[in-house]
Amino acid sequence: MNRVFRSIVRHGFPDTNRNRSLAVFTNFFLHIHPVKARLRAIRLTQTWYLGGLSAATFFILTVTGILLMFYYHPSVPRAYEDMKDLEFVVSAGVFLRNLHRWSAHMMVALVLLHMIRVFFAGAYRPPREFNWVIGVMLLLGTVLLSYTGYLLPWDQLAFWAVTVGTNMADAVPVIGGDIKFLMLGGNGVNENALLRFYVLHCVVLPAALLVGIAVHVWRVRKDGGIYLKKPESNE
Amino acid sequence: MTPHSDITHITVVQGEARPLVDAAEEPQVMTFPHLVVRELIAFLALSIFLVTLSLVWDAPLEELANPSVAPNPAKAPWYFLGLQELLHYYAPFISGVLLPGVVIGALAVIPYFDINLERKPLWDGTHTRLKLAGIWGSVVALTALFYFTAAHPVWPIIGPLWATAIPMSLPVFGRRSLPFWIFLWFLLCAIALTVIGVFFRGPGWEYTLPWRDGIYT
Repeated sequence: MNRVFRSIVRHGFPDTNRNRSLAVFTNFFLHIHPVKARLRAIRLTQTWYLGGLSAATFFILTVTGILLMFYYHPSVPRAYEDMKDLEFVVSAGVFLRNLHRWSAHMMVALVLLHMIRVFFAGAYRPPREFNWVIGVMLLLGTVLLSYTGYLLPWDQLAFWAVTVGTNMADAVPVIGGDIKFLMLGGNGVNENALLRFYVLHCVVLPAALLVGIAVHVWRVRKDGGIYLKKPESNE
Repeated sequence: MTPHSDITHITVVQGEARPLVDAAEEPQVMTFPHLVVRELIAFLALSIFLVTLSLVWDAPLEELANPSVAPNPAKAPWYFLGLQELLHYYAPFISGVLLPGVVIGALAVIPYFDINLERKPLWDGTHTRLKLAGIWGSVVALTALFYFTAAHPVWPIIGPLWATAIPMSLPVFGRRSLPFWIFLWFLLCAIALTVIGVFFRGPGWEYTLPWRDGIYT
């Protein structure tokens, strides 16, 4: 085989089990998988691939989100004008925004369904209890990502949805007002709030979620792969 | 493990406790191509679904934000409408801080909860009367709590409570553990509150019928 190709992929064509093993084992992106998988574990009806598809929506959202960042200014009223530009000026701008928006709703739904599936499978029990806790934090991260993104179009829907939400922070005893001020960079939803939500949405939360996902998947592997009921017990 | 003629197996046996790797013999396949192809198909199916959705359905965009004109109703995104529905029953501290905090805390400690953790059936023949008394004592207390302390009786919580407690008391379903029933209750409450908030609330947070008045966003 070509010398350049062998410098990139260090195994032969995957038509033998040895090369198929190496295809997984020596690949950065596939190394999260074991070389062999139990047949039960990879069936669609075992997991509905909900965790993997949650990660897939995160990937789609990262790509479409970066493209949207090229067309977006986090300031008032420019942010709203950028939405109008996406609609009337940017090629396929509406499609880009649609894909980002619907993928975001999809991600929240998939993560919720993933949690429900994992719970009813009983996979939260020892030794996986802390990975369940990480999962709960990832759910919170996903909701916060979606929520911070909700403000960015700066239309009536965005403004009032976020106003309703941040007013709840006010209800926290003693420090509630300070929490709200910290979130918004002011006493109301204004230009400072838009900038804070933008930075949280595009940098802080995605970075935190990426690290959290890595730890979550790593711990699944360390606990012996995805949870399966023991074959002999018919529960 | 099924031996492959062209792979030499070297097994290292560790004495101490190890992660629960299933030792039982069961069919295995090579990750490449069997799992990788399935993942690719799942990803493509998801992508086709989302692209199609994005081609036929536009994301909403309303007027420029105007702090002096509040829409009626002003609704949060769908995953928060359960909480917003709760605001109708309780003060913001209870519905926006205390109850969600309790639920998230409960979700986080579920695996550390040692009642029936080993999947011992709830009805294993011991202390049956005590357990029944405990369950129905709690159900009555919680029903009273959510009936009398709120601005309106919180049916989206009381309904799921009874819907959970009745099958829980039947020996047929008794193989389930206590965390299962608590999670089921939370889940049914979340679904009930969210469905009401999304479809059945209109101006002034009054009840509407979606097939008559449409869905308010």
